[in-house]
Amino acid sequence: MASAPPIDEGLRSELQKQGIWVTSMQELYNWGRRNSIWPLQFGLACCAIEMIATAASRYDLARFGGEVFRPSPRQADLMIVAGTVTKKMAPQIVRLYNQMPDPKYVISMGACAISGGPFKQGYNVLKGIDRYIPVDVYIPGCPPRPEALLHAFMELQRKIDGQKLTGTGKAAFLDKTVPSEFPVPAFGAHDLEPPANADVFHPPKIERH
Amino acid sequence: MEALDEIKVRIEAAIPGARLEIIPNPGPANQSSLLLDHAHASTVARFLRDDPALRLDYCSNVTGVDWLERTVKKKVKVKKVVEGEEKELEETREEIFSGYLEAVYHLYSMAHKHGPLVVRLRTRDRAEGAHLPSLTPVWRSAEFQEREIYDLYGIHFDGHPDLRRILMWDEFTDHPMRKDYREPDDYEYEPTPHDDVLEKAKQHYVPRPAQDGTANIAAQ
Repeated sequence: MASAPPIDEGLRSELQKQGIWVTSMQELYNWGRRNSIWPLQFGLACCAIEMIATAASRYDLARFGGEVFRPSPRQADLMIVAGTVTKKMAPQIVRLYNQMPDPKYVISMGACAISGGPFKQGYNVLKGIDRYIPVDVYIPGCPPRPEALLHAFMELQRKIDGQKLTGTGKAAFLDKTVPSEFPVPAFGAHDLEPPANADVFHPPKIERH
Repeated sequence: MEALDEIKVRIEAAIPGARLEIIPNPGPANQSSLLLDHAHASTVARFLRDDPALRLDYCSNVTGVDWLERTVKKKVKVKKVVEGEEKELEETREEIFSGYLEAVYHLYSMAHKHGPLVVRLRTRDRAEGAHLPSLTPVWRSAEFQEREIYDLYGIHFDGHPDLRRILMWDEFTDHPMRKDYREPDDYEYEPTPHDDVLEKAKQHYVPRPAQDGTANIAAQ
């Protein structure tokens, strides 16, 4: 548990032995959320094949409560950007993200979704989905193995577990001032307009001479 | 299938006025091709498709090529009179070949199981709005591939039933496979740049701040 419950751990354990289970609303809420993450059912390239393998019987994403792939963004909690995002596809990805209800999370799966990967210098490939929407977990790999996607899924569960519902530092999705929708880029004459959302995309400044 | 020069002779006999040229390919493939003129391209294509000996009924592939203007240096022996004597001297002369765009069609015969026959069409120059006759009315399979050539090279195919962009979005104005295409500058973050990318990434570099002490050393 990332957030310490306001009750002594030893006492709680002792009470549990007597058949009394003490918990907090936050803990219960996050426990429910983290064990029923419904991903949005869409794939973009070869990473999607690994995603399918992860959901199938051998790797079995159902063990972590993430097997309910939804064909509608209205019912999804998690967007797995699995594959190369072309510039022609990027506005649709942002639109799907905007249509998802809060709380929502994004896993950027594979080299292409992170940075454009091997197609980075192409005229038609977006250099990372984090130019337009915020990303929670990045998985490197080309494509990442199902174990890597499971690892990312567990990292996301850890993140959800640590989100506070009240007080200072509460989760971003409960803060009305934090935007949950982002402008959809338009098709321009030479590139997407804008080429990146400055509110979301903060590339590290490289200091060189 | 007959040899290409035999086919050329037969076409010229069947279609008066058709100007054909055999483009040799001296590489290991040794796959010579037939250059058609714009005015008779459609008629020649129909001949290739319908001639009972050829029956090239299947156009498997259409692709575009961008040929830039190039200069070829040639050494020529010239006779000149030097100091009253006639001497043979070597001179280098530059020959300029103007650039053009090209569409290449690969034709096969399903009926006779032979092929490929390579057919080329060349535009007059590389200027925006270069035109070629469309062969889609002859081979329907060329439709999407001619659209792709239009999208990526900017060749307009006259007689194409539905000439729109196919890969890039409709608002896009460039032709990315042309050799003079310059992609938009989005190289803000390049962790391991090299070659051309390094040059582009350098424009986004932030100068390294002066380390402690260097200012003092400079002051002394």
